[in-house]
Amino acid sequence: MLIEVVIILLKVGVIFVALLTTIAYTTYLERKVVAHIQHRIGPNIVGPFGLLQPVADAVKLLFKEEIKPAKADQFFYTIAPMLSFITACMTIAVIPVGNWLEIGGKRIELLISDINIGILYIFAMSSLGVYGIVLAGWSSNSKYSLLGGIRSTAQMISYEVSLGLGIIGVLLLSQTLSVAEIVRQQSGSIFNWYFFKQPIAFFVYFISAIAETNRSPFDLPEAESELVAGYHTEYSGMRFGIFYLSEYANMITVSAIAASLFFGGWNGPILPPVLWFVIKVVIFLFIYVWIRGTLPRFRYDQLMRFGWKVMFPLGLANLIITALILVMKS
Amino acid sequence: MFGTFFPIFILFIFVVAVALIMIYLPELLAPKAKTRRKFLPYESGIIPETDARGKLPVKFYMIAILFIVFDLEIVFLYPWALILKELRWFAFIEMLIFIGILLLGYLYIIRKGALKWE
Repeated sequence: MLIEVVIILLKVGVIFVALLTTIAYTTYLERKVVAHIQHRIGPNIVGPFGLLQPVADAVKLLFKEEIKPAKADQFFYTIAPMLSFITACMTIAVIPVGNWLEIGGKRIELLISDINIGILYIFAMSSLGVYGIVLAGWSSNSKYSLLGGIRSTAQMISYEVSLGLGIIGVLLLSQTLSVAEIVRQQSGSIFNWYFFKQPIAFFVYFISAIAETNRSPFDLPEAESELVAGYHTEYSGMRFGIFYLSEYANMITVSAIAASLFFGGWNGPILPPVLWFVIKVVIFLFIYVWIRGTLPRFRYDQLMRFGWKVMFPLGLANLIITALILVMKS
Repeated sequence: MFGTFFPIFILFIFVVAVALIMIYLPELLAPKAKTRRKFLPYESGIIPETDARGKLPVKFYMIAILFIVFDLEIVFLYPWALILKELRWFAFIEMLIFIGILLLGYLYIIRKGALKWE
C-alpha cells in the first residue's frame, strides 16, 4: 500500500523532472543546431559549450517584469499559459519510456500509467491544448494576438483530422488503444516496427503533428513579419516563457508518440531500453530543428489547402487500403 | 490497488503546481515599474482606439464547423479500427458506406469553395 504510493510518486517525479530537463535542453539543442545550419556558433558563453544557457534563460525570465495589458481579461489571461503547459505535459503519462525494472522482486513498469484508452487520452490532451492558445489570443485584447490565436486555432483543428487518420492506420494493425501494448507488439525485429507496415500513415502523422504544434514550416501564428508574435504578443516575462516551454513540451511528446507508435519505442538491441527510447526521441527533435532551419514558411492559404486537400484524402485512402488488405488476409 | 488513472492524477497535481509556481514566482522576484503607456496593447506604435475583439472573417467559422463533422468521423473510426479483424467484410463495407456519404459532403464543400482562401 505505502510502497505502491511511493513507487507511483517516484515514477511521476522522475519522469516529470526528466521531461522538464529535456524541455530546457531542447531549447539549447535548437539554438545550437540552427546556429550551425546558419554558420554561426550559437550559445557558448554560459558554462562549457554554453550548456548552462537554459538555466540562465530561466533565471532571466523569472526576474523580468510582467506586463498585463490594461484591457485584458485578467482571469483568462492568467489561465491561458497554464492550460497550454498542463495539456502539453500531461500527454507523457501514457508513453512507456522503457521496459520494466525489477527491484526486490517487484516489477515496475517504466511508464506512469498503462491505461487501456491511451491513444484516446493523447488525443483528448492535444485537443484541449487549443484552448490555451485561443484564450491567450482572445483575452489579450490586442489585434495581433486575436488574429494569431484565431489563425492558430483554425490551423490546429484542421490538422487534427489528418493526425487522427494517421494514427488509425496503426490502430488497424495493433487492435489496441494501449500505447504500452503497441510498443510491445513491435519488439523482436526491426521489421516489426509499424513504420515499415504503415509508412504513409507515419508521414501523415508527422507532418500533421508539426502543424499541430505550430512549428516551422507551419508556424503561421507566429509569422513575425505579419503578426509580430501571434497569440503571445502581449505576454512578457515568465508567462511568455510558459508558452515557450509548452511548445517544446509538445514537440517532445509528439516525438515520443512517433517513436512509440511507429519506431518501436524502447525496443532495440544491446543498449538498455530507456537509452533507445531517448535516442529515438532526440532524433525526432533533431528532425524538427532541421526542418525549421532549412524550410521557408507556408502561406496561410497554402497551409489550409495542404491540410484539407492533400493530407486528409491521403490519410483516408491509406486507411481504406490498409483495411482492405487486412480484411482480405484474415 | 489504485485505479489506472490515479498516477495520472498525481502527475496532474505535479504539473499544476509547477505551472502555478512559474506564474506567481515573478510576482515576488520581478521589479514593478508601472507606467500607463506600458499597459496599452502593442500594435506597432499605433495607439489603439477601439476594442480589438471585432468581427472575424466567416472562413474561420466554416473551418470550425467542418472540423466538428470530420473529427466526429474520426471518432467513429476508432472503435471500428479496433474490431475490424473480427467483423471483417461486414465492418469494412459498412464503413465504406459511411465514408462514402462523408466524401459526398467533402466534395460538396470543395465545390462550394468553403476551403478556398484568397
